[in-house]
Amino acid sequence: VTVSARSEAVWGEQDTTPSAVDAALRRLLAQRHAEDDAFVPARVCNLVAIVDRDWRGEIENRLEKVGRFHPSRTIVCAVEKRRETIDAVVSLALPGDHKQGEIAVGAERVELTIGEDHLERLETIVDPLIVSDLVTLVWSPHGHDNAVDALIRLAGVVLIDSVMAPDPVAAVDRAHWLTERAYVVDLAWLRSVPWRERIASTFDPPQWRSSLREITAVTVRHHPESVVSATLFVSWMATRLGWQPAPMQEEDGGLVARARASGRKVKLRVEPDETMPVAGLAGVAVETASGMKLSLFRGSGGLTATRKTPDGRESSWVVLGASRGEAGILGEGIRQALLRDPTYGPALTAACEMLAS
Amino acid sequence: LTEEEQRGQGGDEEANPLVKGLERLPVHPTTTVIFGAGGDLAKRKLLPAIYNLAHEGALPERFNLIGVSRGEMSDEEFRDEARKSIAEFSRRDTDEKVLGALIAQFRYVTGTFDDETMYGRLGSVLNEFDEEAGIEFNRLFYLSTAPNFFPVIAEALGEHGLNSNEGSEVRIIIEKPFGTDLASARELNKRVLTHFDESQVFRIDHYLGKETVQNMLVLRFANGIFEPLWNRSYVDYVQITAAEDLGIGSRAGYYDKSGALRDLLQNHMLQLLMILSMEPPVSFSADEVRDEKVKVLHSIPAPRPEDVPNMAVRAQYSAGSSAGDEARGYLDEQDVPDDSTTETYAAVRLMVDNWRWAGVPFYMRTGKRLARKITEIAVTLKPVPHLAFKQQGSLGVEPNQLLLTVQPNEGVSLSLVAKIPGARMAVRPVNMEFLYGTSFMSQSPEAYERLIMDTMRGDATLFARNDEVEAAWTICDPILKAWEDGDEELPKCEAGSAGPKEADDLMLPGHKWRPL
Repeated sequence: VTVSARSEAVWGEQDTTPSAVDAALRRLLAQRHAEDDAFVPARVCNLVAIVDRDWRGEIENRLEKVGRFHPSRTIVCAVEKRRETIDAVVSLALPGDHKQGEIAVGAERVELTIGEDHLERLETIVDPLIVSDLVTLVWSPHGHDNAVDALIRLAGVVLIDSVMAPDPVAAVDRAHWLTERAYVVDLAWLRSVPWRERIASTFDPPQWRSSLREITAVTVRHHPESVVSATLFVSWMATRLGWQPAPMQEEDGGLVARARASGRKVKLRVEPDETMPVAGLAGVAVETASGMKLSLFRGSGGLTATRKTPDGRESSWVVLGASRGEAGILGEGIRQALLRDPTYGPALTAACEMLAS
Repeated sequence: LTEEEQRGQGGDEEANPLVKGLERLPVHPTTTVIFGAGGDLAKRKLLPAIYNLAHEGALPERFNLIGVSRGEMSDEEFRDEARKSIAEFSRRDTDEKVLGALIAQFRYVTGTFDDETMYGRLGSVLNEFDEEAGIEFNRLFYLSTAPNFFPVIAEALGEHGLNSNEGSEVRIIIEKPFGTDLASARELNKRVLTHFDESQVFRIDHYLGKETVQNMLVLRFANGIFEPLWNRSYVDYVQITAAEDLGIGSRAGYYDKSGALRDLLQNHMLQLLMILSMEPPVSFSADEVRDEKVKVLHSIPAPRPEDVPNMAVRAQYSAGSSAGDEARGYLDEQDVPDDSTTETYAAVRLMVDNWRWAGVPFYMRTGKRLARKITEIAVTLKPVPHLAFKQQGSLGVEPNQLLLTVQPNEGVSLSLVAKIPGARMAVRPVNMEFLYGTSFMSQSPEAYERLIMDTMRGDATLFARNDEVEAAWTICDPILKAWEDGDEELPKCEAGSAGPKEADDLMLPGHKWRPL
């Protein structure tokens, strides 16, 4: 569904109440359906985004660009200092490419302007506005942890980006706290999906699988602010392969942990790459005791893989796949709210332990 | 998972613990060979599907493609042609980096499919890819050619030793039609299976790659509400419709030899019937699912010649109107012979004689130039035993009907009876509707994308097995034979209509076709 709006039905009110907003939503739906009986509201998931009012535009732009995977009802709570009342604008957007004879699936958006004092009781404002029985996803890109805490009972899913937090240790601890209360979708984790897929793929042919038991070193290079992404990557390998990593120590400008595997040690190293322009990973190298080395690195042409075999043969190839961009990552995060990844939790727990020191 | 656990539970092959949680499972590096790479199917569907898989990062870690066709072309010219086709027919805008990297691995082999030397050249290119990479690529042969070449190519691959390769898997995809009758299907199976094991053969019916068809399996076997009703005790009758509002366009060459029954009913529609009526499989492995599907076909008695007039109807569209314009009749379509007796409409009534469905008729109809484009399955439940609401002015109590719409608006609708607001106890049917588009705001992949990936993985669940194909022909063959042998005049139905009036005669008392 293309979300470029063909038309929008809009309602707005200052100093309003949640029940007035709820009534306006119902009225607009009925009105829109009466105008066009092909109109049906989407029912995928609710997204509650808590943002600073001054930065609301930037977040709305990001949400506009998520592409195919967008929430069916978005509730943006823009927080303004010293505000005591609630203002609201409600809109229903129709797809721009609606064909004759086909249904027109519309998305709803509620924009609330609220005060900081509302955050502690945000649940009582948002609850009447979400579509019951749908997954509700909470995203608070500008902090406001108290708002997330207030909504956690209501929300089944919390969307976070643990690379955005200034302190990596606090970021993984907070993520861990959230996983005990809700399902967490971490954009830092999603950025490493292509990397994890490729490493899994490389070792998948039966003749290569035994090499997983011979891994002696994993090195991950990352954007200077994406140490959490890199740590999650190595902790993913550790948890999937049954390694026992010790806490990380600083070493030569990076962080290093030694992990115990059956009968051997594995060196896990994460190091910043100052040339990496965007958040996420810059490169991964996996070495085995037999002398095989697999490297993946992100260059201007995409992801490139190089494999050096024990006999010294080296081959390189381009890994096919389009870059998702930051907007695509956010869209993927929204889509993941409807799925469950059983490997994030264990990897996060291991990352907490590795970063604990 | 410990390393000991990873070594597997008694199997020789240890599991790959890194795949858990990944949506896209690894696929072994593959070289795909498209026979008929210059044809319409390759240009419009296969190459764009492969591009879209590459765009999403779903293709194997390493992927090569060899186009085979009779036209003289260099590798570079083939890449240019492929680039144009992908740009024109891809469901998404192309990303130059992805497209460039993809087609850099394309090669081209010129030759006719009966040219022995061509297979030698093809083998050399396949080996070159393996040697360059230092690995044995899986090999996937896609037969996107005229059907008469299917056995020729399969045999030639076998005779040149290309039907197997030590250290990798070799698979072959065969497009429909898989035979034009039972004898030709058996002959084709025999010739293909002389050189390939059944586990290597993937007979593609792109209908099975549609999300909607797969959703039927989920609807039936993941929702407890339907299964208790899904039998002869509650279901009165079932009707499956695959109607097209368009004529045959420029496809007379194919269509006039095929007709409606061979084109859609023998394959796509019987697939829908099988999925709708099969028993729950023990698991969703390829053979478990296909075992259950084929049991359905074995439960349908092959019609005797004398039964055919009572259980099958054919017709050909005559001039009429469509979408407000005049529409020509089939005989006036481009390249259709003046004396063609090809049916453009076919309807049948089949009985699935097993414990679950005994006595429940399955009506199926398909046709070109009908009133509307729609593919749907309607399961009509038996009426309530006692009608308490008989007041005048009421539309009355209609049996509940569960409608599964495959296209255009995929969804599920259940008709219920509700009270009309007011003082009187007047009732009328209403619909409880679920539209997939409202709950999954995402673009479904093209059927070919799903099926090509399944073949690369070796998952044959959504492909027809040899016994399934032959069983389908066992049902359809007597109908075609009776129509060919019969001397009665071919009924006509006006373009833009719902079909011939003779189709109504197939319905048992109390049953009726849904309006188109």
